[in-house]
Amino acid sequence: MDLSYTPEQIEFRREVRAWIESAMPAHLKSKARGAGHYEHAEVMEWHKILYAKGWIAPHWPKEVGGPGWNIAQRHIFGEELVRANAPQLSPFGLGMVGPLLIQYGTDEQKKRFLPKILSGEEVWCQGYSEPNAGSDLASLQLRAEKDGDDYVLNGQKTWTTNAQYAHWIFVLARTDASGKKQEGITFILADVRNTPGITVKPFLTTGGTDAFSETWFQNARVPQSNRVGPENGGWTMAKALLGHERTLIGGIAESRRWLNLCKRIAAGTPVGRGRLIEDAAFRRRIARLEMRLRSLEMVQLRALAAAQLGRAPGPESSILKIVGTELEQEITELVMDALGHDALGWLDTPPEALPEIERGVASQFNYLRAATIYGGSNEIQRNIIAKQILRLPTA
Amino acid sequence: MNFDLSEEQQILVDTVANYVKNDSPVERFRKLRESERGWEPEAWARMGEMGWLGIPFPEEHGGFGARFVDLALVLEQLGRGLVPEPMIPSVVLAGGLLSRLGSDAQRDQFLTPMIEGRSSLALAYAERQSRYCLHDCQTTAKRSGAGWTLSGEKTWVLNGHAADHLVVLARTSGAVDAAEGLSLFVVDGNAAGVDRVRAPGMDGQRSALVRLRDAAVGADRLLGPEGGALPHLEWAIDRGAAAACAEGQGAIQELFERTVAYLKQRVQFGVPIGSFQALQHKAADMYAETELCKSSMLLAAIQADAEDAETRQAEISTAKLQLTKGGWFVQANAIQLFGGIGVTDEQDEGLFFKRLRVLQALFGDADHHADRFQQLSRFTSES
Repeated sequence: MDLSYTPEQIEFRREVRAWIESAMPAHLKSKARGAGHYEHAEVMEWHKILYAKGWIAPHWPKEVGGPGWNIAQRHIFGEELVRANAPQLSPFGLGMVGPLLIQYGTDEQKKRFLPKILSGEEVWCQGYSEPNAGSDLASLQLRAEKDGDDYVLNGQKTWTTNAQYAHWIFVLARTDASGKKQEGITFILADVRNTPGITVKPFLTTGGTDAFSETWFQNARVPQSNRVGPENGGWTMAKALLGHERTLIGGIAESRRWLNLCKRIAAGTPVGRGRLIEDAAFRRRIARLEMRLRSLEMVQLRALAAAQLGRAPGPESSILKIVGTELEQEITELVMDALGHDALGWLDTPPEALPEIERGVASQFNYLRAATIYGGSNEIQRNIIAKQILRLPTA
Repeated sequence: MNFDLSEEQQILVDTVANYVKNDSPVERFRKLRESERGWEPEAWARMGEMGWLGIPFPEEHGGFGARFVDLALVLEQLGRGLVPEPMIPSVVLAGGLLSRLGSDAQRDQFLTPMIEGRSSLALAYAERQSRYCLHDCQTTAKRSGAGWTLSGEKTWVLNGHAADHLVVLARTSGAVDAAEGLSLFVVDGNAAGVDRVRAPGMDGQRSALVRLRDAAVGADRLLGPEGGALPHLEWAIDRGAAAACAEGQGAIQELFERTVAYLKQRVQFGVPIGSFQALQHKAADMYAETELCKSSMLLAAIQADAEDAETRQAEISTAKLQLTKGGWFVQANAIQLFGGIGVTDEQDEGLFFKRLRVLQALFGDADHHADRFQQLSRFTSES
């Protein structure tokens, strides 16, 4: 058991920090100082900068474009990105379908898709939930029927985050309705923009932005070579991928950014003759949440270290999802409290009425109510722990 | 970076786990809580033979030369059996200070016999008014001839009723809550002027109220720098907090596992109660808190040896907060899920519950550690 950094790792951190400082464009840095809600175009701008450097996919094997870092380097890199408030990259390609293709894809699929995930030329989204298949994902109904060399897709996906920007979507489709519902599902990749019959309509969220969409499939033809894994074997893919997803959506990095922002806002907020950050009761509230975040970071670090030893993310990643998202919400609630009357502000409040650093806080506070819902609601995560880890009996 | 146990650590953990299973299950503690001393000198001697009492001390002090985290792994296993021998007061607190500050003669006289399991120690620092403030100390040590005389009252001295020697915090100069002017002395448990009132605690373990009335000690009993004890005491109490987290981890893990087993076994409405979603979700949250406790405890134990005081304090306060809040969630819900029998004395769960609540009160509660954390300089620098 050892936590210390070697001189090489300390030098690596210095190198990463210096590079981020020089590589991050001024307009992104200025956004990083506030609530830092990055537009899609800004996220992709940063994606391309990381790609050019060769640092876009720290967790991918070197043979397929990863930098060949060990767990400590990846951790240091992640910490430095958070420290700089750099834009969070979209997880659907790099974090989800990419690793899945590396594990289960054919050589042709890897050749076709992985390079463009890395370069950011192709943006991905996830077609899992349907209007009638939310927490009960396996009851999904979008049909894929074989016709010649193609699958013909019919049905509707919803909560497809980033679909409005995406080139490709990975879809869970029903290929067999006769047996157990988990056993008739197939994992299929579809070209969102060039497939006739696919239409995307974004939702306006309570955060005032259009984070996710509804996506319709009407006789949309997709070649069968776009299937990942065996036909009717999609549920295994889905579960493997959800494990990856849950390690990513704990929001630990975002929570760290929110805490930093909270302290910056509190340092600039007058209370009586002093500042909010000097208030012992408020500091204690920040401290409580920061300490809990620290404990969670350690859980994550242990999970990452286990992954480094070749163990797949197991159901314990559900903890990161549950505790991480609930903590993230609590932290945004604290930032809202720090705002006082400025909590009334919105995205279009003029700068005279709302300090720039506070803009976007209310939007994110609202949007992040989704954090305990997406990626498998926290109640579903608790079911998974009860069933898969604690082996409690089913009703 | 690596969180796996080394081969040596795994052997140590297995050895202690076997000891608890075969020689010190909870029934042993049940018997001992009725006894005067509350623990057994024979068991203590055996722990000395097995080398457990010397783990964190350098080899030149007669120790094992291992790190604090190794001791934490031992404490975690002992916590699973509520083993009552005075590891924290004797090894972590008083032993730690003797190793850190003692002269060769002091170590030979007080530390070596403890490491060998022939004697036990205690640290007398807290007072009625001090709460968790380490430098709020009314006990005084005045020069008297070549030595000192100590007067004052110390509360909740862990193992104070049985210790052969007490390390006592006393003020040698300065105002009653000044940071400077504190010194440590080694006082014999049976010395004239030392009155020890045995104080049985909620958890079935023993402490003492120690009254010092012109207790005389020689000049050779001053431990460490005169007037400069505070940073060393802070160090020792931090390690006490880390040790409480380690022992507490064993109790939390045990309670959690016993609760999950009970959910599978207890039948109501014709089905195991563990099939009810309301209880499954409670159990899932208990699992999460147990893992958070484990992770923060390990980090604290590793950083207990850190050179930099802020690093040590940040991680230990984090773990102590988690023990006190997250651990509480586990212990409170364990009793709830056991139902009525959870509040009977014949059931072991209540014993774990009480031991945990004691560990939570020791060495700073949740508010204390949150407040200390927000005073660290790193709190307001960007992280």
